[in-house]
Amino acid sequence: MPSTVPSGALPAPQRLRQLRTMVRIRRFEEALIELAQAHDVGHFHVYIGQEATGGPALALLEDGDVAYSTHRNHGHLLARGVDPNAMLAEILGRATGTNGGKGGTLHLAAPAHGFPTTSASVGGPLPIAVGSAFAFRELGRDRVSVALFGDGALEEGAWHEAANIAALRQLPVVFLCENNSVGAVTQQAGDYPSSTLAVGTLADLARPFGIPAVVIDGSDSGAVHAAMSEALARARSGGGPSFIEARTVRWPGNQGIWAELVTGRVQVHYGWDPATIPDPHRAWFAEHDPVVRAVREALASGAGRDAIAAIEADATREMAAAVAFALASPWPDADEAFANLYADPRVNALATGRGAVR
Amino acid sequence: MRMVDAIREAMRAELAADPSVVLLGEDVSVGGPFGATKGLQDEFGAARIRDTPISEAAVMGLAVGAAAAGLRPIVEIMFMDFATLALDQLVNHAAKLRYMSGGQLSIPLTVRMQAGASGAFGAHHSQSLEAWLAHVPGLKVVAASTPADAYGLLRAAIRDPDPVVIIEHRALYWGRGPVETGEAGIVPLGSAVVRRPGVDATIVSWSRMTATALAAADLLAAEGIQAEVIDLRGLQPMDTGTVLASVRRTGRAVVAHEAVGFGGLGAEVAARIGEDAFDALRAPVQRVAAPFTPVPAAPDLERAFVPGATAVAAAVRRTLARPDPHRRSLEEGR
Repeated sequence: MPSTVPSGALPAPQRLRQLRTMVRIRRFEEALIELAQAHDVGHFHVYIGQEATGGPALALLEDGDVAYSTHRNHGHLLARGVDPNAMLAEILGRATGTNGGKGGTLHLAAPAHGFPTTSASVGGPLPIAVGSAFAFRELGRDRVSVALFGDGALEEGAWHEAANIAALRQLPVVFLCENNSVGAVTQQAGDYPSSTLAVGTLADLARPFGIPAVVIDGSDSGAVHAAMSEALARARSGGGPSFIEARTVRWPGNQGIWAELVTGRVQVHYGWDPATIPDPHRAWFAEHDPVVRAVREALASGAGRDAIAAIEADATREMAAAVAFALASPWPDADEAFANLYADPRVNALATGRGAVR
Repeated sequence: MRMVDAIREAMRAELAADPSVVLLGEDVSVGGPFGATKGLQDEFGAARIRDTPISEAAVMGLAVGAAAAGLRPIVEIMFMDFATLALDQLVNHAAKLRYMSGGQLSIPLTVRMQAGASGAFGAHHSQSLEAWLAHVPGLKVVAASTPADAYGLLRAAIRDPDPVVIIEHRALYWGRGPVETGEAGIVPLGSAVVRRPGVDATIVSWSRMTATALAAADLLAAEGIQAEVIDLRGLQPMDTGTVLASVRRTGRAVVAHEAVGFGGLGAEVAARIGEDAFDALRAPVQRVAAPFTPVPAAPDLERAFVPGATAVAAAVRRTLARPDPHRRSLEEGR
């Protein structure tokens, strides 16, 4: 069986840094869901319930490392410092967005922050992540490539091909599988924990390739920190790929096709005053919500309530400002639709039939 | 120089010029099935000339991720038919990353695909699927009909900042022709060339069908018909200007390709002529293409599948309303 990594004992300042990222992600997604009530956002996927995985894991990356994400990418980008103003603007299709409005929620890209692209083809980014690891090796760069994906990606053949090459060449890649299917209503497999995969423990899929694999509680930021630290150290020291299965319990608002803020906004005081948690979703907040858990852990590590409340107030203000920024941002010029198909504007014009060359 | 050698020389030149160029493919270390990569591993080492698992999807994805991180990969797809396995990476990722990122990312990727029907390889090793790829915004697609173009287009492809698919017809691999090596031999992507001037009709073709079109022009010349033969070379972007200029002079056009006709690029060329040079046309544009079937294996059936010079000549005669002396035998080649 895959080994498990115990929760790490982290000092208060680090707990607070992690908490800040997690609360920012939560407030971003909550604001987005509210925004989508009144504006044409299209289909989007929120990261609520998984903040303790992406936040602490990606905080460990260094400049020059890359991560390839999926349709559920917002939390990942925020964790590496991408500007929420530009992200929300991109999701609304505004010119000020991270991609100038041409990517949208499913394809947020921020190469300067180590996100060359974001894929919506589920298993698609896995081989690409391995490819960047291959390039780092060839170019003699001490960098790591991270593949971020959900349990569903393991249902595609791309995973097996990518894992084989990563293992064969001992490439510096971390496969971070966010298994958010626990408690999902679409779960059909008999036991646990995949959506529709005949494999019981997802991490077992890495073992035939000789890839070290661990199963962790994805709501336990200390466990995520420990497992990711180990995987990154392995990659940087030439030890090859790693596989982490981080299990999280699905947020009630993610049970349907469209995210709904059925729980209302999280309040950090749920962490020290659980009696204030509203009834319908008391169990999720009290037992599974990684943000509330992180609040409790921060308190236990010695952090004060004031510091935690300040983090919440800052994040709330920041995301309200991001909403205002995005809504005030202009739409892209119509001509922008025909730009950046090819590097050379003349080729663009020839291929699209727009512009001087035909 | 043979085309297969010209292809190798182009890769050798770019591998030597740029240390970020790497070659990935199945059995490339030993030259692949037709020798196009033979000797390159000895010269450039196993790190840059990489044998891959039989994993077209992952290899294409690997190349995309490597290109995003600073390499300039060349991927060899041993038979174009197997590009089907890699389409998510090629179509959803390689083609779109520049655009989706708002221009922040370049994917300098070259994909060599050996294609076409010859040698009784059967339905899984013989297809001409260029229309699928040319249909995808963000990909460039070129096809060489001569060793010189195979050299020049491949070098241009490797240097290009965007993903380029270069289609190599294996029936042309052993054909010889003059090749100007070095910088002067580089051929711009997306430029058509007039292979034979003529005044009575325009034949547009590419890849192996260019030779067929030239043979048809010979047949027609014996009847006093001067056909102009255009080798399109660039399929995406397509040099429509050269085609339209020719049709404006001749007033008649035939498009000949080895892919099946339905939804093929012949329809695209015909439509462009219809849209932009209708006033110059003196007859409907004709298409010559393979029958709408998989490629049969039996040598006789395969020969019947690939349109021949008599079929192309017959199509030109139709545009001229001339009787066809060969009509009984090869009309089915359309």
